[in-house]
Amino acid sequence: MILEIAELDGKHGMPNLGFGEELSGSETLLRSLILEGVEYVFGYPGGAVLPIYDSLYSSMLKHVLSRHEQGAIHAADGYARATGKAGVVIATSGPGATNLVTGIATAQMDSVPLVCITGNVFQSLIGTDAFQEANITGITIPITKHNYFVRDVRDLPRIIKEAFYIATTGRPGPVLIDIPKDVSNAKAPFYYPQSVEIRGYQDSLIPSDDDVERFIGAIQHAKRPVIMAGGGIISAGAHQELLEFAEKTRIPVINTFMGLGGFPGVHELALGMPGMHGSYTANHALLEADCVIALGARFDDRITMGRTKEFAPKARKVHVDIDPAELGKNVSTAVMVAGDVKSTLQKALPLAQACDTADWLKQLDAWKQAYPYTYQKGAELKPQEVIEMLFETTQGEAIVTTDVGQHQMWVAQYYKFKHARSLISSGGLGTMGFGFPAAIGAKVAHPDRTVIAVVGDGGFQMTNQELAIVNQYNIPVKVVILNNQCLGMVRQWQETFYDSRYSQIDLTCSPDFVKLAEAYGVKGMRATTSEEAKAVWAEALAYDGPVVIDFRVANMENVWPMVAPGDTLDQMVMGDE
Amino acid sequence: MERHTIAVLVNDCPGVLTRVANLFGQRGCNIDSITVGSSEEAGLSRMIITTSGDDHQINQLMKQLRKLIDIISVTNLSKDPFVSRELALIKVNATPSQLVELKSIVEPFRATIVDVGPASLIIQVTGDTEKIDALLVLLQSYGILELTRTGSMAMARSAVSAPVHA
Repeated sequence: MILEIAELDGKHGMPNLGFGEELSGSETLLRSLILEGVEYVFGYPGGAVLPIYDSLYSSMLKHVLSRHEQGAIHAADGYARATGKAGVVIATSGPGATNLVTGIATAQMDSVPLVCITGNVFQSLIGTDAFQEANITGITIPITKHNYFVRDVRDLPRIIKEAFYIATTGRPGPVLIDIPKDVSNAKAPFYYPQSVEIRGYQDSLIPSDDDVERFIGAIQHAKRPVIMAGGGIISAGAHQELLEFAEKTRIPVINTFMGLGGFPGVHELALGMPGMHGSYTANHALLEADCVIALGARFDDRITMGRTKEFAPKARKVHVDIDPAELGKNVSTAVMVAGDVKSTLQKALPLAQACDTADWLKQLDAWKQAYPYTYQKGAELKPQEVIEMLFETTQGEAIVTTDVGQHQMWVAQYYKFKHARSLISSGGLGTMGFGFPAAIGAKVAHPDRTVIAVVGDGGFQMTNQELAIVNQYNIPVKVVILNNQCLGMVRQWQETFYDSRYSQIDLTCSPDFVKLAEAYGVKGMRATTSEEAKAVWAEALAYDGPVVIDFRVANMENVWPMVAPGDTLDQMVMGDE
Repeated sequence: MERHTIAVLVNDCPGVLTRVANLFGQRGCNIDSITVGSSEEAGLSRMIITTSGDDHQINQLMKQLRKLIDIISVTNLSKDPFVSRELALIKVNATPSQLVELKSIVEPFRATIVDVGPASLIIQVTGDTEKIDALLVLLQSYGILELTRTGSMAMARSAVSAPVHA
C-alpha cells in the first residue's frame, strides 16, 4: 500500500481500495483498520497472530512493539484518551490475550474506546485445550462493551466495522475481536461496509425538547446551584459547551476526577474535585447546594462515600448521562435526561439564563480562600511540591498520566488542567502500572505536547519494562517518579485505619531508577531537595528525549483532606495538624 | 422482593446466553428460571427469565440488559397482565395397580400420565408455577423419584391498547 491515510479516510471516494480483491483474513484486518483511520497499533506477536504480523510486515500501519501486552493495551488506552479515537491493540492467543485483561477492564470502567484484536488457535483445535488456547471471549464478557469470535473470514470486515462503531459511539468502551488462525489465513474477496446496522443499539441520544426544558426549568431558580461535570464531558467533547453554559448561567463547576480538564482548573467558577480527597470548597458546595447538576458523572462511591441517600442533602438533583442505566443507579435524581451531554448543552444554551448566584459565589470564594489544599514544606522534598512545580512550569498545558495512589490524588489536587483529554488516569478500576504506558500512547498521539507520566515507585515497577520502547522509538515522555520508598496510599490507610501496623508496604529494595533508565538507554536523573528538583526538572523539560526523574520525596506524607469511606462529606479530615 | 418475569429478545448466536446469565451475576441478581427458544422471527430467540428483586434492582437490571449488543429488546411482563405456563415431568414411585388412584389425583390438574413402568410412572403437567407446586405436594406421599421443570414461558395478554414496553 502506498496510499496516504488522508486518501483512505473513507470520505473521499476511496480510490484503489481493491474492493473485490482476494485477501487473507489478516490482510483484510489490516486494510480494514486503515479504512477506519487507524494510524498506530500497539501489540506483541505470537503464534496465533503470525499471519497478522506477516501481513503487518508490508503494511503502512505503524506498530509499536511493547514489552508486555499490558503495556501495549495501556498505551492504546492512553492514545484513545488523548485523541478520542479508538485505540488498537493486537495480542496473541492464550497468555497474550489474558495479559490484556487488566487493560480491558481499565478501559471499560472509564468508558474508553478500544478495539482489541486477539489471535486464537485454529478452529479445529478450539475446545481441545490446545497450546496457548484461552476462551478470551468468555473471559472478557463482563469487561467489554461487546466482543466477537470470528468464525468465517467473510464476516471479518463487518465485524471490524461494527467493533469500531460500538467502541466509539454511545457510551464508549472496549470491544474485543478474537480471530482464530484459520480465519487469518483464509481468503475471501475484500469488501468493506459503508455503514453498520445493529438492531436495538443506541448509538447517540439527543434529548427531546421536553427533556431540555425540564433540565432548564429545574435549575433556573436555583440560588446555590453547582455543576458536577464528569468524564462524560470529555468523552462527548462537550468542554466548550460546558464553559459557555457555566459562564452564561453563572453556575460554579465541580469536576469529578474523570472530569478534570473538562473545565479549566484555574477558572473563577472552578471549584476543583469533590469526594474522598476532594477540596473543601467542592465538598461543601455539594453539602450546601440547592441544585446539583451532574453532567456525564456517575455518582461513584469515591464521591458519595457510599452514603447515597445523604449525598448533597439539600439539593434537587439533575442528571444528564448518555447511559440510561446510570440515571438513578446510585443516587435518586429529580430530573433525569438520557442524552449525549454535548447535544443536551447545545440545546440548553439558548434557553439558559443567568442564575442569581452572586451570594453563593461569594461564599464559595471565601471557602476557596480559607481552605485551599495545603501541605507543610520542610527539609525533605514534598511530593505536592513536585506536582506544583510541574503545573507552574507547564502552566497546565501538559498531558499528565498517572498510576493509582497518593501521587494520583496530588496530581488531581495540584495540577490545574487547562484542557480536556489532558489528565489520563485509571479512575474507575484504579490500575497501578497504567500511567507510564498510557503516556507512551498519549505522546505518540500528540508528539507536539509535553507528556508527563507521574508514577509512584510501586506502580512504575509494574510496567517499567516499557522503557525499552521509549528508547527504541524515541518517544520523549517525561517519567516523574514520586519515590517515597513505600506504597504510600496503602501506608496512609494502614496508619489511619489499622493503627499504623505497616504491613508489606516497604519498597526500599527497589532498583536504582536512574540506573534502570540508563540500562534501557534512557536518560535518568534524581532530585532529593527542592533546589535539586527545580534544576533537574528544568533540565528534563528542556531535554529532547525520554527521561526518567527519580524524585526522592518524604515517605510519611499523607493525602489531605480525606473523607473516610462510610462518612459523609461534612466529615472531612483536613490534615495532620 | 417481588417476583418478576422478563422477556428478552436476543440474537440467536453463540454466547448470548452466557452474556445474559453473566450480567445477572455481575449485578447481583439471581435467575430463578430461564427458558430459551426460537421466536416469531428467524434469527432471534426469546428468553423468559424469572427473577426477584425490588423495583430499583429490576429497573437497573433491565437497563443493563438493554446495553448488551446482542439484545434487541427487554420487557418486564409483570407490569401488565400476562399468561405464564410451565411444563413439568414428574416420575412418581408407584406401581400399575395405583394407576386409577393417581389418575383421579392428576385429573383435576389436567395432567396426564405419559409413561407407566413396573415401579414408577411419569406424569406430565402444564400450568402456572403455583398449580405445578400444588400437584407436587399431593404427589409427595407416593415419593417423587425425579422431577424436571421447564421454568416459566410467558407472554403478555392481548391489550386493548398497544402493548407497553417498559
